[in-house]
Amino acid sequence: MSTIPKGPRPKHLTVGRIGLYCFIIMCALFFLMPLYVMIITSLKDMDEIRAANILNLPKELSFYAWPKAWSQACTGFVCEGLKPGFFNSIKITVPSVIVSVALSALNGYALAFWRFKGAYFFFGLCMFGAFIPYQVMVYPLLKIEDFLGIYSSLPGIILVHTIFGMPILTLIFRNFYASLPIDLFKAARIDGGNFIKIFFYVIIPMSTPITIVAVILQVTGIWNDFLLGLVFAGRDNQPMTVQLNNIVQVDYGVAEYNVDMSATILTSLVPLFVYFISGRWFVRGIAAGAIKG
Amino acid sequence: MPFYRNIAAKIALLPMIVISLTVFVGCIIYSFVYSLTNSKLVPVMNYVGFDQYERLFKQRKWDVAVENIFIYGFVFTIGCLIIGFLLAVLIDQKIRGESLFRTIFLYPYAMSFVVTGLVWKWVLNPTFGLENSMHMWGMTWFELDWLVNRDLAIYAVCIAAVWQGAGFVMVLMLAGLRGIDEDIWKSLSIEGVAKWKSYIFVILPMLRPMVVTAIVLIAAGVVKVYDLILALTSGGPGYATTTPAMYVMENFFSRANLGQAFAASIIMFISVVCILAPWAFYEFYLRNKYANN
Repeated sequence: MSTIPKGPRPKHLTVGRIGLYCFIIMCALFFLMPLYVMIITSLKDMDEIRAANILNLPKELSFYAWPKAWSQACTGFVCEGLKPGFFNSIKITVPSVIVSVALSALNGYALAFWRFKGAYFFFGLCMFGAFIPYQVMVYPLLKIEDFLGIYSSLPGIILVHTIFGMPILTLIFRNFYASLPIDLFKAARIDGGNFIKIFFYVIIPMSTPITIVAVILQVTGIWNDFLLGLVFAGRDNQPMTVQLNNIVQVDYGVAEYNVDMSATILTSLVPLFVYFISGRWFVRGIAAGAIKG
Repeated sequence: MPFYRNIAAKIALLPMIVISLTVFVGCIIYSFVYSLTNSKLVPVMNYVGFDQYERLFKQRKWDVAVENIFIYGFVFTIGCLIIGFLLAVLIDQKIRGESLFRTIFLYPYAMSFVVTGLVWKWVLNPTFGLENSMHMWGMTWFELDWLVNRDLAIYAVCIAAVWQGAGFVMVLMLAGLRGIDEDIWKSLSIEGVAKWKSYIFVILPMLRPMVVTAIVLIAAGVVKVYDLILALTSGGPGYATTTPAMYVMENFFSRANLGQAFAASIIMFISVVCILAPWAFYEFYLRNKYANN
């Protein structure tokens, strides 16, 4: 029962099959329930939210919450909504993804084909870094960035994402390159290719699939990050997740759950979009990240 | 071997080497050294031995944090494994709409911890949330006040976390199930073994590597849990759902008690090493040893 079904589809549904479908549909409903609640809550007005069942569809659609969450909701004294956070997240995510993927591809290439004595020791050290809790590194890293003069700035947060993305990305690139036929590399060497030429003309053109996996991993990972953005991005570059939390957790004023839920949906749009369009690639990313070196 | 041989690869790996040494190793040493001082607002080299650790273990709040991380780690890991395995088995039954179900079970994994926390905070809201729905449907005995209940709040965190992480385990397990040889299923059905028995007693042990990988990855994530709890309960009610990561962050950034934070973060680090060491020993040492024999 483990491969693709062969032969004609079974004609009769047994009781067991019906039970199976009922159960799996119930599971699916449980998983969908928060998303459903999020969406319908964002489309209700506050009176209805207070009066009616959280699971009921809205009696009349209210689009009040969406523009408010996007551009007017307050975080402390500033009332600009999530919009600045959205653009900050883009400003953080795009360069971080490019830098970390490029650097890790180069690392993986050097480790797979140009191994030198001690290279794997440092690779092991780097992989070990993937498991160290951020809390152990946050403060000293803050001191290092302070020393370099980039703490609380865009370059500062980009560097941090590059550092913490490096272990897992280097691992998946190295594994991918190690699975390429070594003869290809040998042929390129005989033709006189050096480190840089082989990387650009032979390896990069073959790297599309693994690069897609790496980009998906990083885009969702960096967009969803909260802790690092909070500490390293600085007040002017706070990512969307941090602003979302600030908007929802304000202590004063009347809680507007519809605005909160619109803001929550807006924040998860980018990763959900990436997830839904990437499909199997996302799954591949999980599998690649879980494989041991 | 002269130093300049293969120099391009050495230069290419320089960033990784520098980062591994300064950030991953350097930060741990820094944190450990300053955990032996009585630093408050700024790190000062004022040696006090293991006083900070002694003080840490006397804190009621730290006890609660440690207790919470054990509850959370246990319930979350077991919950993810059971539900993830169950979902993988269900999806493996040649059901229709397989990819739709897989998409539904995995989408929470694409969302950030902050979003997950905020959504469940709303769903579990004691006044307007699911409890209210049940009351409106006439089930007035139904109680779901976990978020405001000191003893149960940590289980609300577990539910949100399992909802988010079960799909990840499902993907790993499904990959394993798809790799099981058809002949094994044939022989099991000839022997007349019930299907559920085959899954639990034959197939599950065969998936051991997947299970181990899943446990290690989940457990390493457990120690870091921060954003989810911050968004869902903010560590409350009181400090009933505080965790070591929160304790560290609080002492770093709002209580200006650096020495305590360093000491607590070192304890976190040691616990991660305790989780990883047996696995790493098995994976990289024992396996190589047997492979070489």
